[in-house]
Amino acid sequence: MSALKAGIILAAMCLMLFSESRSAVIRVGMSGKFTDVADAVNSASDGDRIVIEKGIYFVSGLNINKKIILEGEQDAVLDGSFLKEIITVTSDSVIIKNLTLRNSGTSYVSDLAAIRLENVKHCALENNVVENSFFALYLSSSSDCKISGNRIAGNSVSESFSGNGIHLWKCSGVTISDNTVSGMRDGIYLEFSTNGEISGNTSFGNLRYGLHFMFSEGNSYTSNTFRNNGAGVAVMYTKKITMNFNRFEDNWGANSYGLLLKDIDNSLIYGNVFSGNTAGIYAEGTNRVNILNNTFEKNGWALKVLGNCYEDTIRYNRFSNNTFDVSTNTSKNANLFLNNFWDKYKGYDLDNDKKGDVPYRPVSLFSLVVERVPEAVVLTGSFLVELLDAAEKIIPVFTPETLVDNSPLIEERGR
Amino acid sequence: MNLRKIFKYFFSDIIRSKWIPVYTVLLFALTSGIIYFSRDGQKAFISLLNIALYLVPLLCLIFGSVYNYNSREFVEMLLTQPVTRRSVFLGQYLSLGLSQTAGFVLGMILPLFIYDFSINAALLLAAGIFLIFIFNGFALLVSNMVNDKVKGVGILIAVWLFFAVFYDGLMLFMFYYFADYPLEKTTIIASSLNPVDVARTFIMLRLDMSALFGYTGAVFKKYFGSGAGIYVSLLILHLWMIVPSFFASKKFKRKDF
Repeated sequence: MSALKAGIILAAMCLMLFSESRSAVIRVGMSGKFTDVADAVNSASDGDRIVIEKGIYFVSGLNINKKIILEGEQDAVLDGSFLKEIITVTSDSVIIKNLTLRNSGTSYVSDLAAIRLENVKHCALENNVVENSFFALYLSSSSDCKISGNRIAGNSVSESFSGNGIHLWKCSGVTISDNTVSGMRDGIYLEFSTNGEISGNTSFGNLRYGLHFMFSEGNSYTSNTFRNNGAGVAVMYTKKITMNFNRFEDNWGANSYGLLLKDIDNSLIYGNVFSGNTAGIYAEGTNRVNILNNTFEKNGWALKVLGNCYEDTIRYNRFSNNTFDVSTNTSKNANLFLNNFWDKYKGYDLDNDKKGDVPYRPVSLFSLVVERVPEAVVLTGSFLVELLDAAEKIIPVFTPETLVDNSPLIEERGR
Repeated sequence: MNLRKIFKYFFSDIIRSKWIPVYTVLLFALTSGIIYFSRDGQKAFISLLNIALYLVPLLCLIFGSVYNYNSREFVEMLLTQPVTRRSVFLGQYLSLGLSQTAGFVLGMILPLFIYDFSINAALLLAAGIFLIFIFNGFALLVSNMVNDKVKGVGILIAVWLFFAVFYDGLMLFMFYYFADYPLEKTTIIASSLNPVDVARTFIMLRLDMSALFGYTGAVFKKYFGSGAGIYVSLLILHLWMIVPSFFASKKFKRKDF
């Protein structure tokens, strides 16, 4: 029995030794065997590790079709000379890390990227820096990959002549974490991609959206920061999305918003902070979504809920310093507003249960007028408008009768 | 007797009447109260804006006219001296305006500057001074036209209501009934005709609410933020300052005491 055990251990050790000997380290650079990255990749075999030394390497159209690790030392730069894609990965389990990639080609026919993963599994892109590329990291039909710690900076000028930072097309189970994306068209873009986890990323100063979801079911994004993007974050035509603890900041401008929800079902929006956006959340065709424990501050509109939203729950949120708390374009309300804190609430709490005894109506008459005639917004702050709003609050005639928080919180919950 | 001397007499008379100290203290109490009790700077500023845009003109109208009615004998006495009516009128107008400006600056702008020295505060100061002179012109115009004090004050309250409330009501009415038409230009013209609206729009745009305004906001920002818009608005404010006081002086020159 023990002999058998010893035999197995011995066999295992042999196997480890064997695989160890097969996994070679190939150095590229002044002191290495190769000076060209493509030659190194061609000579490598599965399981090898290619280490690229400091220096600038001109790499264009490099295809990685074996299971290798491509790793850069400090200041190892791959320059694409604006020709083609820099690296295209077509093998599973490839790891690319610590490299700086710049100047990929630009094409309006195919989506050229700094690194493209094409139809692969279990790949990882870690701690790379991508500068001045058309698309930066492009994943197509790939699954269970990991993209983390990358820094992507573009200098996009116009939407139609620029690509996305991290672009996922028909992917599943991809983890995108702790990346920083700026100056691209969309910071992070997902289309037909499912079960992804997006966390700890910072996406700022992108031309269009900080994050853009289309037809991508079952993804979650947590603890990301989306700041100062052209139009904030857009989540469209999707269900079962979890959006927790993100920050949506300073997405300010005409036609801009913190979070755009369009045709979203059965999702959760919890514990996020919406600060300084033109519209905190803009919801259109949004059904059975729970919006809980979020903070809305200093927004133009905290919530814009259009008439085609049904059975959404807006509860335990904190609204302060928004020009308009809630605005809608309908006189019917099919959503639940309950137990939120509204800084404009002027009710009292006689039974001391920390909940106001008088209902709060977050839709002001003036916001309805502005919804109908945008020009009327010049009257913001006018004495007349305040009189009208006060009168409407006492006897609601025009504002949706059922859009009411029957039990608003008296005190702010902890921030 | 020259203008400076007349101005000095009027000014010291106004200061002695206790109106201005009370006005100053009232503004000071309101301003510091708002700043102290409101936790947020922007909100406090909007409350102060409301005081400067609506309360200050109202007090102007009432004080200016009541003072004019009460100083009738003083004016008659002055007119027995070898002075022109023009210099008496100017002395009265300037001393009313400057004394209230002093009260406004001490009561409102000083605490605001101490709390938050910003371009917004400076804009508020400019708006306040314009409105003080504009509405003093109205006060003198009406009080020189109507000899009955109660009637005069009543008319002035109607003037205030017009600029502060009815005008915006008319704009709202226009927005609602002509919603199907492009209204940007009309809105710009309408809001630059009312001095209260000009002041409010300028400051609101400064507070970066322009993004709220969407496309209209972009048009507005372009107009009020660019050279031409600023000059046109300033011109209109000056016209509001000059025209009523011009007619008031005309009335005063022909007035039979």
